[in-house]
Amino acid sequence: MDIATQQEYPGLKDGEISTGTTIMAVQYDGGVIMGADSRTSTGTYVANRVSDKITSLHDHIYACRSGSAADTQAITDYVRYFLASHSVELGRLPLVKTAAKMARGLCYNNKDRLLAGMIIAGWDPVDGGTVYEIPLGGTMMKQKFAIGGSGSTYIYGHVDAAFKENMTKEEAQQFVRKAISHAMARDGSSGGVIRMVVIDKTGVSCEYIPGDQLPFGP
Amino acid sequence: MSSTGAGYDLSATTFSPDGKIFQVEYATKAVENSGTAMGVRCKDGVLLAVEKLLISKMLVAGSNRRVHGVSKHVGMAVAGLSADARQIVYRGRDEVAGYIENYGSQMPPSMLADRLAQYVHYFTLHGSLRPFGASVLVAGYDVELKKHELYVVEPSGVMYRYFGAAVGKGRQAAKTEMEKLKFDDMTCKEAMKQVCKILHVLHDEAKDKPFELEMSWVCEESGWKYQAVPQAQVKEAEEWAKESIESDEMDDDED
Repeated sequence: MDIATQQEYPGLKDGEISTGTTIMAVQYDGGVIMGADSRTSTGTYVANRVSDKITSLHDHIYACRSGSAADTQAITDYVRYFLASHSVELGRLPLVKTAAKMARGLCYNNKDRLLAGMIIAGWDPVDGGTVYEIPLGGTMMKQKFAIGGSGSTYIYGHVDAAFKENMTKEEAQQFVRKAISHAMARDGSSGGVIRMVVIDKTGVSCEYIPGDQLPFGP
Repeated sequence: MSSTGAGYDLSATTFSPDGKIFQVEYATKAVENSGTAMGVRCKDGVLLAVEKLLISKMLVAGSNRRVHGVSKHVGMAVAGLSADARQIVYRGRDEVAGYIENYGSQMPPSMLADRLAQYVHYFTLHGSLRPFGASVLVAGYDVELKKHELYVVEPSGVMYRYFGAAVGKGRQAAKTEMEKLKFDDMTCKEAMKQVCKILHVLHDEAKDKPFELEMSWVCEESGWKYQAVPQAQVKEAEEWAKESIESDEMDDDED
């Protein structure tokens, strides 16, 4: 099998690095929790086994990236820049909605040149903890929780059954850990460690679960 | 140019030796000749009121409006050359529409006033442009902060935030009257009567052209939406104002 036919995504160029991925974000009582695996691959080769796919856009707003690493990095770089100047002019914290709208604009206007599926989430003083999903075509959808990336297909049934509204932080963390570890176990393009970011009005905290301490694994 | 100080008023790009920009001062004069426009920030909203002088008896009632809607939560009252003012109003509409398009939420009035001030200021910086002969009062509701605010943008490109403001011919007397009242403790409905009265007192029926009263607000009652004050309420306030003025005069006679 040559490299061209090995490609996981037809939109990816030969040798382009993809975050064949499992990502998710969940709204809970008081904030949001974002989670991702850490595998970055070039075809079947794992280019990075400890990558960070949860990127900061502003103090209380983060993005989970899936698709082309180059494309999603470029988008988040733009959004971070726009958001920084916007919040200075505004003189207050920007809305998660605003960050999502900016990312949506870039994804939609360049849809035929991008391979980017993102989840924008965070906390703001107006809407509280908020999750937006921006899949391939550049739609923007507000969700109570969102999953994305190649690994997400394996866990739709599970998350639909297990999700509850107004979970506590601990419940939500447990929900994310379990879902992502199951996806990582089934999806060849997901793996490594689980990275999580917890965002509420007090700020941001990051944590990770090593690959040998996953709640479910091979 | 024989002596210093002469010839410095032809362009907005040159300072006079005293540090003045005469074109901007002349623009301010254009505003001072206009019918009075008032804005007050009350406890439950912001009220805009304009004394719209009628240039002809044949004008259709309600034409040549001087209070304008800019967005769902923002309105403007204008004073000065109305064609210049219209340019500012249109710019305001573009700004709020662009903001919603880019950021997905309502533009805060503070930012709108700042952007308008930038726009107006730009016209004081170029030799090929003249400053706006108009001032605008911006009344708006900040959806995110849940606060109502009143701003004034002047021809020089400065922007101030006020509890109460007046521009145009009767501004000085209007301000004196406004300072006596505590609008911050009043509702818009109460303030409406007082503002009506002030505008009627200022208006010299012998000297000034007849006028039409235009009022609009952004208040709790309107669901924090910008809207024209219902005509019936304007009429009611005007009647109260006229009666109140009459009884004031009677009291004076008794003294």
